[in-house]
Amino acid sequence: MKIADFDLYKDLLYERSGLDITPDKSYLLDSRLTPIAKKWGYHSLEAMSVSLRALPDPELVKEIVDAMTTNETSFYRDIRPFENFENVVLPYIIENAQRGKTLRIWCAACSTGQEPYSLAMILKEKQAELGGRRIEIVATDISDRVLNTARQGIYSQFEVQRGLPVTKLVRFFKQVEDKWQINDEIKAMVNYRNFNLLESMASLGKFDVVLCRNVLIYFDTKTKAKVLEGISNQMEQDGFLFLGGAETVLGVTDTFSSIKDVRGLYAKTGQHGTVAKTTMVGTGAGAGF
Amino acid sequence: MKSCLVVDDSRVVRKVARRIMEDLGFSCDEAEDGQVAYEKCQVSMPDSILLDWNMPVMSGIEFLEKLRMLDNGDSPRVVFCTTENDIQHIQRALEAGANEYIMKPFDSDIIETKFRQIGLL
Ligand SMILES: C[S@@+](CC[C@H](N)C(=O)[O-])C[C@H]1O[C@@H](n2cnc3c(N)ncnc32)[C@H](O)[C@@H]1O
Repeated sequence: MKIADFDLYKDLLYERSGLDITPDKSYLLDSRLTPIAKKWGYHSLEAMSVSLRALPDPELVKEIVDAMTTNETSFYRDIRPFENFENVVLPYIIENAQRGKTLRIWCAACSTGQEPYSLAMILKEKQAELGGRRIEIVATDISDRVLNTARQGIYSQFEVQRGLPVTKLVRFFKQVEDKWQINDEIKAMVNYRNFNLLESMASLGKFDVVLCRNVLIYFDTKTKAKVLEGISNQMEQDGFLFLGGAETVLGVTDTFSSIKDVRGLYAKTGQHGTVAKTTMVGTGAGAGF
Repeated sequence: MKSCLVVDDSRVVRKVARRIMEDLGFSCDEAEDGQVAYEKCQVSMPDSILLDWNMPVMSGIEFLEKLRMLDNGDSPRVVFCTTENDIQHIQRALEAGANEYIMKPFDSDIIETKFRQIGLL
């Protein structure tokens, strides 16, 4: 790919999705965008680039962004966060429930739905302890392609064996030929919508729990900070935030801090016993005196 | 070191499964059918059993039902690993006391997550 074209796509992706693509990933642009160029009737990737420079078709741009997302996920991915959800977060929520208030959870980059459905199954099993409390799981992603799969809730034999305990498979899925479909009751607990994390989050309302896992890794520090601060505004004061195993708030923002002894679980600084840690010179408090 | 008894009538499957289990840190033994597995368990109970369903002499499900009646027979964690991939078979396995269920084809990732789920990793 020509350098000028690389820059075109790099800028476009950064601007539209926050994806920070480096030159060593240039081959990915080639392999994923060439089929799109074909589909849109361009004889080459270069031809598509020319047209994008002149007048970018919003649908085409959307498809390009979609094609460059990484959608890797699984049921109960990494296990531990879901144990923490069940054993740390839920007991707090049950104990501190305000009468009549809906418990609101946001999966901020839900991919093909395994993450929100994993939560929904836990909540279903804890229904009695939640005492009839209304629950809303909002699951969002920038890619319509993955959202369609999520809404259908149909998974391959391979996908249902990566992390999903067999007791839950039997209880919450039905077999459709050689695939497995999540049942309607669980599906109805999750509300999917297309949402770009770079946009204003105000319309989403306030959440008690937010999962923003394995998406910040694709962003640069500035974008990470912006997204985390946006999430903070959408979180109840005593809310909980889950990040992915390779993600942290350290050196990115002081808004959140990690909860002691619970890896991957964060709260607004000062809540749930958290204390701010500023480790990097030049970020957050203490910089530029 | 935790132990695992790999029960399958196919030598190739036993070899592949054994390799994966050993990589995960288990010490392994093998049995080619339910009867042999049953005899081995009577001598020494393994921590876990990776169990095929269809085998000559004694099937996996028959073995499991008999195992769970033995003194101490409820201690091994049993993971089915079979081409039977319908919900009826899975339900029957769970009723007989299986702890997890793998539908073939499997890979090391699936085995690892399943053994993690049942608390052996
Ligand atoms: C690797 S998946 C993570 C899925 C799930 N959270 C997990 O941890 O298994 C990352 C997802 O983030 C989505 N994504 C990337 N950029 C985004 C953005 N700017 N806004 C919303 N979603 C985005 C991708 O479409 C992709 O489905």
